[in-house]
Amino acid sequence: MSSDTGQQHPLGLYYRIWVLLFVLSACSYAVDFFNVQGGMRWFLVIMFMLLKAGFIIAIFMHVFWERLALAFTILGPPTVLLMLIVFMAVEGNYISGTRYLYMGHDLNAVALSPSDLHGAEHEEEEEEAH
Amino acid sequence: MSETAVSEIVRHGGIDGLADDWSADKQTYHVPWGKAMMWIFLVSDTFIFTCFLTGYLHVRLTTTEPWPVQSEIFALSFGGGDPIPLILIAIMTFILISSSGTMALAVNFGYQKDKVKTFWLMCATAAFGASFVSMQVFEWSKLILEEGVRPWSNPFGAAQFGSVFFMITGFHGAHVTIGVIYLLWVAFRVKRGVYDDKGYEIVEIAGLYWHFVDLVWVFIFAFFYLL
Repeated sequence: MSSDTGQQHPLGLYYRIWVLLFVLSACSYAVDFFNVQGGMRWFLVIMFMLLKAGFIIAIFMHVFWERLALAFTILGPPTVLLMLIVFMAVEGNYISGTRYLYMGHDLNAVALSPSDLHGAEHEEEEEEAH
Repeated sequence: MSETAVSEIVRHGGIDGLADDWSADKQTYHVPWGKAMMWIFLVSDTFIFTCFLTGYLHVRLTTTEPWPVQSEIFALSFGGGDPIPLILIAIMTFILISSSGTMALAVNFGYQKDKVKTFWLMCATAAFGASFVSMQVFEWSKLILEEGVRPWSNPFGAAQFGSVFFMITGFHGAHVTIGVIYLLWVAFRVKRGVYDDKGYEIVEIAGLYWHFVDLVWVFIFAFFYLL
């Protein structure tokens, strides 16, 4: 733990965390693959994200074993950013609300996908073939 | 106070250790200066990436155009089959996780003064990083050339999608590229035996940077690609 010997920990721990990170990544990809939507999608994606981030910071970056003076210097200032995120989310919701209310945009508009766009090209090609 | 009493306090952890480290006119962080500086840099980089992601949150909330569906845009089909959603991004994520594992092992073998294993594990990490960047180049060129996505417009929906995508993944890709160069530089110096006398903290410091790059990708993967 002291700076003389550096951060040395059993290799088995690293292997276990490595496997765990793979499993968590696979889980978050599965959320998209099985098309989970709505609140459940947000909950699962953010939970897997925070677990992955936590294990990387704590074990791979050794913050778990650092003295509190360094750990608080690392983790303290970024907590201020949570306030920025909350303020911007509240502000953004307000702006989008007023835009929908007063500027007459379609709330239910759906984005186009590549298949919508490239599908048209293929139809043209088929017509040319005929 | 005797010498032994002082070292007792320094070894003391927890809240008492925190108070002791910050009190009096002496060194606060009991780590090599390079490691403390790398952490200060990483904290400042956290602010940069959080500002980018918060900016993304704000433009995505406020735009009245529909946001493009990421899992369709980043889908890829192999051998003419049905497109698999987000598959390239998933592979990139797994590559970066793999590189984090090899880097963690490199740090461990560095402290064991095993120069050969440290060198090769760092080279493996750099190779994973280089393959990540090349996949990103593929992804960018596909979006720019085939789909016509630009920082100011795209054919799918909200124009902000392009600007956010290029800025955030571009900044992250630049970090990965710099990381690959940094890792290779340190790896070859390890091999030459530059750190035999100085100690192998440098491998841990380079590792901190690399794990941070992986950490940022965890957040980009969740917020930009999945949500």
